[in-house]
Amino acid sequence: MKVNFKIFRTLSILCIFLVAGCSDKESDSGNKTVNTTESSKNSTLIYGRGTDTVTLDAHNIVEAESSRISKNIYETLIDYEKESTEVTPKLAKEWTTSDDGLIWTFKLQENVKFHDGTEFNADAVVYNFERMMDENHPQHQGDFSIFSRTFKGVIEEVKAVDAHTVEFKLVKSDATFLPNLGITPFGIISPDALKTFNDKIQEHPVGTGPFVFDSWIQNDSLTLLKNENYWITDLPKMDKIIFKIIPDNSARLTALKNGEIDLMEGINQSDLPAIEKDMNLQILKRPAANVGYITINTTRPPFDNVKVRQALNHAVNKQGLIDAFFGPVASPAKNMTPPAVWGYNDEVKDYEFDLEKAKQLLVEAGYPNGFETEFYVMTTPRLYFPQPEKVAEAMKSDLEKINVKVKIVTYEWATYLPKLMEGDYSIAVIGRISENGDPDNFLNTMLYSKSSSNLSKFSNTRIDELLIEAKNSIDRDVRTALYKEVQEIAHNEAPTIPIAYVESPMAARNYVKGYIPHAIGYESLAEIYFEE
Amino acid sequence: MKSYFARRILQLVPVLIGMSIVVFSIIHAIPGDPATVILGDHATPEAVKELRTEMGLDKPLISQYFAYVKSIVTGDLGNSLRTKKPIQEEITPYLAATIELMFASMIIATVIGVNAGILAAWKRASWFDNIAMFIALVGVSMPVFWLGLMEQWIFSEKLSWLPSIGRFNAREPIEAITGLYMVDTIIQGNWAGLWDAFKHLILPGLALGTIPMAIIARITRSSMLEVLESEYVRTARAKGLSEIWVLYKHALKNAFAPVLTVIGLQVGLLLGGAVLTETIFGWPGIGRYIYDAIGYRDYPVIQSGILIISTIFVCVNLVVDLLYARLDPRINYK
Repeated sequence: MKVNFKIFRTLSILCIFLVAGCSDKESDSGNKTVNTTESSKNSTLIYGRGTDTVTLDAHNIVEAESSRISKNIYETLIDYEKESTEVTPKLAKEWTTSDDGLIWTFKLQENVKFHDGTEFNADAVVYNFERMMDENHPQHQGDFSIFSRTFKGVIEEVKAVDAHTVEFKLVKSDATFLPNLGITPFGIISPDALKTFNDKIQEHPVGTGPFVFDSWIQNDSLTLLKNENYWITDLPKMDKIIFKIIPDNSARLTALKNGEIDLMEGINQSDLPAIEKDMNLQILKRPAANVGYITINTTRPPFDNVKVRQALNHAVNKQGLIDAFFGPVASPAKNMTPPAVWGYNDEVKDYEFDLEKAKQLLVEAGYPNGFETEFYVMTTPRLYFPQPEKVAEAMKSDLEKINVKVKIVTYEWATYLPKLMEGDYSIAVIGRISENGDPDNFLNTMLYSKSSSNLSKFSNTRIDELLIEAKNSIDRDVRTALYKEVQEIAHNEAPTIPIAYVESPMAARNYVKGYIPHAIGYESLAEIYFEE
Repeated sequence: MKSYFARRILQLVPVLIGMSIVVFSIIHAIPGDPATVILGDHATPEAVKELRTEMGLDKPLISQYFAYVKSIVTGDLGNSLRTKKPIQEEITPYLAATIELMFASMIIATVIGVNAGILAAWKRASWFDNIAMFIALVGVSMPVFWLGLMEQWIFSEKLSWLPSIGRFNAREPIEAITGLYMVDTIIQGNWAGLWDAFKHLILPGLALGTIPMAIIARITRSSMLEVLESEYVRTARAKGLSEIWVLYKHALKNAFAPVLTVIGLQVGLLLGGAVLTETIFGWPGIGRYIYDAIGYRDYPVIQSGILIISTIFVCVNLVVDLLYARLDPRINYK
């Protein structure tokens, strides 16, 4: 017992000393924090984000936080322009396609080396694609779900023509083949590393990108170092990038203001004015390659009636919702594809907010006294719906004015998504984020009758024809015209109520330069630098 | 004593079995599908079905449960459905982070709470007593979330005294040995790192320690009040012993048993209940690990995580029971 109390007394005394010590040294320690920040500032960028990466095995990536890292370790054959989703060369310096669109030949960059010193060449590309395609491949470990969805039944064969030429033979002509090659799951991994690490490749990622993997403390931080032998001269500009996880938006902003991080994503709308006023900070905007919308189950009465769907479209005050719950980062949506993606049809005239007209349409549809329905809402905020429940509440009051009695039903994400995909709902809040910046990625996925992400279960023969034609064509002008027609028909048929295109604001310390957030949601950080 | 100890350890077995059944039933009763969440909103139904089969989720629940128990018995905590990594490997750093934070907050809570309680009882109904108990009342009812954000706002943003997030300055990383950075930096003789890790512990430790601190202060006070009335304390004072000696040596010894119980219970609560603190302070602890796993319906992680926390909780309370015997000779475990 005496021992216990001795410990206790010692702790008490220690505590008093510490408190005293702290008050003496606090100001000193504050300076010290700032000093270390200043001295290492020129070499290390700390990027604050909300959630952790899941995997560093590029081929098995399914979500954005893994892509954010992967984009800096690995590179793909093609890339997108910095400020648009137009395709541009990367590991492939040029390419040609046969007249029937079945054979694609890529000339690869020469003198590119993987981080492990091995050479990047046509064999490496073939090895990577075979890993994804061939179930008997020794490193075919994982789900390869993005590959299955994107290229299964599209790519027939990949072969090396010579050391720096690779040829893709397709099963059918596919306009999305080229833009799809640029998404992170098709990053090229060092074949040597794959053979050495096998299913542990996700802990030892080796690519050709501007940064080399250093360490990863889960749910805390992930560190990348400069690739000293990067094939593009003078890049990258930073010596080190640390991705730091801070789950809470307000806490992340405090860390930014305190200089503990240099750059952050995920800002509460209510914090924007304060950031604008802060002399040390700047706001950067990630363009909106997304659409938040209300999906209407077109197989369920009364929503099988187009007039009912049009009536709902007239009963939504988009601008009001945006002003109240989205803030200056969003703009009202009228199409199922955002203006940041090419092929956007600006000639479509949006349904104006007109409750009388909505009532009139309901009368024409045979529902003069309205009807009752359930309105499904997720409790989890998404990029395209920062406050889904509040949006639903506001819509409910407008819908009740046209005698549509709405019962709001909420689910959290893990329950919500399966329900929508099974078509077990009437109307529901949802959205879509682009994967590859191609209009097909929005319109085909959400409107093609056989697509599993066609949550409205919408079926229109003309739209199906147009979408197939657009997917098979490789002529940009032809495709643009086809997609514009799709948007026109979709607007009239109204299987959804497009609500908003949402930009994501980011904040950085003023000295952060050369950073251009990309619409797809992640980007190479090779050109980022600190201004002296 | 030894037989008591063995008996208590044996009692752990039914507790853990019962717990595993309850946790397993609850997490499978809540709707939601890990395969859909993992693959995201772009997934095809075929891919979802394939992944469910691969994860063994298409098998009957009973056989899933026995498969789980079997792997636990052989010392295998399973693999995370989401990251595919072994949970043993994943969970250790999270556990270390939480334990370090828990120690910090319990030290703050106990040292301040017990001393405040003793002084309040000694100077009963004085201004100190009133203020201390008022603060304790506020402390108990303080939302941790709010307290954490206020601390960050005052001490980091406004005064720049302390770092607001994380376990160390990311620009000067500390090399992990045990995962307890205060210990690791001492082992390495990295004194700057020790100071840095210490500074990072203060705000989250204080936020997490406030509620236990308030509870401990109140319990100590009421327990001390009772003891201070007793005859032997009067005798001690009559002998002319100094007041500090009477309070800390004679009175506290008898008043400490209920305080110890509360400390034991609070340790358990802090282990699993630190999610909010861990979220605000970007602390990579086990609470967040399990909380995230619930969002993804990562069943093995939820099960194994809760299993580990409960085991620690039961063990801590066993230690508390054993300490009783040392505190109070009348208690004898046989």
